[in-house]
Amino acid sequence: MSSTLNVVTSQEYKYGFVTDIEADSVAPGLNEDVIRFISAKKGEPDWLLAFRLKAYRHWLTMTEPEWAKVEYPKPDFQKIVYYSAPKPKKPQYASMDEVDPELRRTFEKLGVPIHEQEALAGVAVDVVFDSVSVTTTYREKLAAVGIIFCSFSEAVKSHPDLVKQYLGSVVPSSDNFYAALNSAVFTDGSFVFIPKGVACPMDLSTYFRINNKESGQFERTLIVAEEGASVSYLEGCTAPQFDTNQLHAAVVELVALDRASIKYSTVQNWYAGDKNGVGGIFNFVTKRGLCKGKASHISWTQVETGSAITWKYPSCVLLGDDSIGEFYSVALTNHKQQADTGTKMVHIGRNTKSTIISKGISAGDSSNSYRGLVKVQPKAEGARNFSQCDSMLIGQSCSASTFPYIEVQNRSARVEHEATTSKIGEEQLLYFQQRGIPAEEAISMIINGFCKDVFRELPMEFAVEATKLLSLKLEGSVG
Amino acid sequence: MLSIKNLTASINGTPVLKGIDLEIKAGEIHAIMGPNGSGKSTLGKVLVGHPAYEVTGGEVLYEGRNLFDMAADERARAGLFMGFQHPIEVPGVSNAAFLRLAYNKKAEAEGRDELDPLEFDDFIHEKIKLVAMKEEFLDRSLNEGFSGGEKKRNEILQMAVLEPKLAILDELDSGLDIDALRVLGDAVNKLQRPDRALLIITHFPRILETIQPQFVHVLSGGRILKSAGKELAIELEDRGYDWVLEEAAAGGAR
Repeated sequence: MSSTLNVVTSQEYKYGFVTDIEADSVAPGLNEDVIRFISAKKGEPDWLLAFRLKAYRHWLTMTEPEWAKVEYPKPDFQKIVYYSAPKPKKPQYASMDEVDPELRRTFEKLGVPIHEQEALAGVAVDVVFDSVSVTTTYREKLAAVGIIFCSFSEAVKSHPDLVKQYLGSVVPSSDNFYAALNSAVFTDGSFVFIPKGVACPMDLSTYFRINNKESGQFERTLIVAEEGASVSYLEGCTAPQFDTNQLHAAVVELVALDRASIKYSTVQNWYAGDKNGVGGIFNFVTKRGLCKGKASHISWTQVETGSAITWKYPSCVLLGDDSIGEFYSVALTNHKQQADTGTKMVHIGRNTKSTIISKGISAGDSSNSYRGLVKVQPKAEGARNFSQCDSMLIGQSCSASTFPYIEVQNRSARVEHEATTSKIGEEQLLYFQQRGIPAEEAISMIINGFCKDVFRELPMEFAVEATKLLSLKLEGSVG
Repeated sequence: MLSIKNLTASINGTPVLKGIDLEIKAGEIHAIMGPNGSGKSTLGKVLVGHPAYEVTGGEVLYEGRNLFDMAADERARAGLFMGFQHPIEVPGVSNAAFLRLAYNKKAEAEGRDELDPLEFDDFIHEKIKLVAMKEEFLDRSLNEGFSGGEKKRNEILQMAVLEPKLAILDELDSGLDIDALRVLGDAVNKLQRPDRALLIITHFPRILETIQPQFVHVLSGGRILKSAGKELAIELEDRGYDWVLEEAAAGGAR
């Protein structure tokens, strides 16, 4: 299923290379025909195709950003497969039982709580496998309170007006190189709509998986919380090991209206490449939340442990007066991993507040940078920001950098920035070992202590997973 | 219990221990004294396995086992303890969680039952009385923001929790006022039993008024220059270290 690349020319579609209806992938390469193919394959309305083509044409004029502190061979965009879907017997699954058993076994191996009986209490899951959303659990229960939680493709079909209204409203298709690429070729993702006054009764969760060796993953997530609504959304990511690099260029847009609250948590564990830096995911992601309404609240929590290269700045645009933006991040790099991650907090409305807590951990030969912008626009009377960026180094050959950018255009603003760098040195380890605690456990305990301010923002199951993940990632890094 | 024979060690290629011989038996209290930079703290660090020091010669047997065959954490679980001169600070790791993990690691190694958080809570509340520590220190991050004295109190609390067979206390008195020194000294004395031993490393003889050693050794230039009973500590109090160094130099010349 995952390796099938049977591209067959078909008469059904206008464009030469289009696959048979049973086919599940398109040949590698990118041009307008591929985009039309994706759009046709998904039965999209004209406005969405137009959105894609506009993005594509803009993308052609753009160049890859060079400013991040990461080095990598530029992806060959003509070698990427832009559409790859598991081949279902039917286009839609009525229940989990109908899902391909092979696929289900993969999910079980991944530990994805896909069976409802196995699902973690209160978690509804949408699984995006390569490019297609496989299933969304708990949908009916959510629909009863008016919540829409479905795959992006489905939302385009069933709620086109909502998608049209909000798509690109936070991250315009011309925003940056990878956002433009995503806007042109995104294949699926999740859509969440929480209507006015509804507090989502459970955490919503999406699990992303890249399975096909040549495929890129370009998912699109859009979450809208209307006036007074609230939701907590979790996102997990994995990919199998391949010795080639795979591109992941997602776009996530959040919109919070008056007094709405969106909490978005990510545990990212894309394949990081091997110890020598061969293979791994290029994770070039644009995530942005718009606090559009008064006293709205958007909170990003991320635990970034995977990917060969991470380039990601979940941001908040604080437009509504009294709105609040938060960014809690743990970014761990080991071996040859490189991460350049942080946030942007743009204060536009009055009395807007933002908090940034960033914890970078570097081990091995890795490079880990925090890059953050705090911008206070002229009308943001009384804006406040607090930033704390801590770095921890393990070993001799890793590096940590902090690039804070602060632009303040309002005199009443208060912006605070604190930064520390520490090292898990031999003295620290000896102290733990001298109390009978083996080095590996000592590191895990020190790291978890270091990340505590971020982990306590995560939902419980995720916090446990994150803790285990960090220990796993650092295994053997004590010399 | 501990038998050190002709131990030599270096740091970054520079010899710092140049042939140490020392026998410590169960029930004994030894004091290692000496001027600053004499190598007395080094001896403690080498014994507990500080990775910066390289053992270049000699032998150390701990309860009959080659100490250097054991990893640092294994030595600790086997009952070797060091009260550090400068305990490190660990943000975000609660003191209580650290103490419990340390306790349970040792319990596991000895085949005893591990304590769950509630059982440990009862256990630790008895122990903190011994060192007159305020309860709030249990919930704080390990040593973070502790004063010098509070850190030392915490070291002795850890000793009380782990009940080591052989405790090495490195400059316990530094950073302590007289009252705190008495409290901690008394606590150490209460923990001392016929099957346990103590090695006190100190620059000042003051602490030895509370924790009274049977054996006092003067270490300087990486060697033990003089060993005697506790009267030597009193003599050092009165006369300082120079005379021992001169005597040793004269002895060497003879």
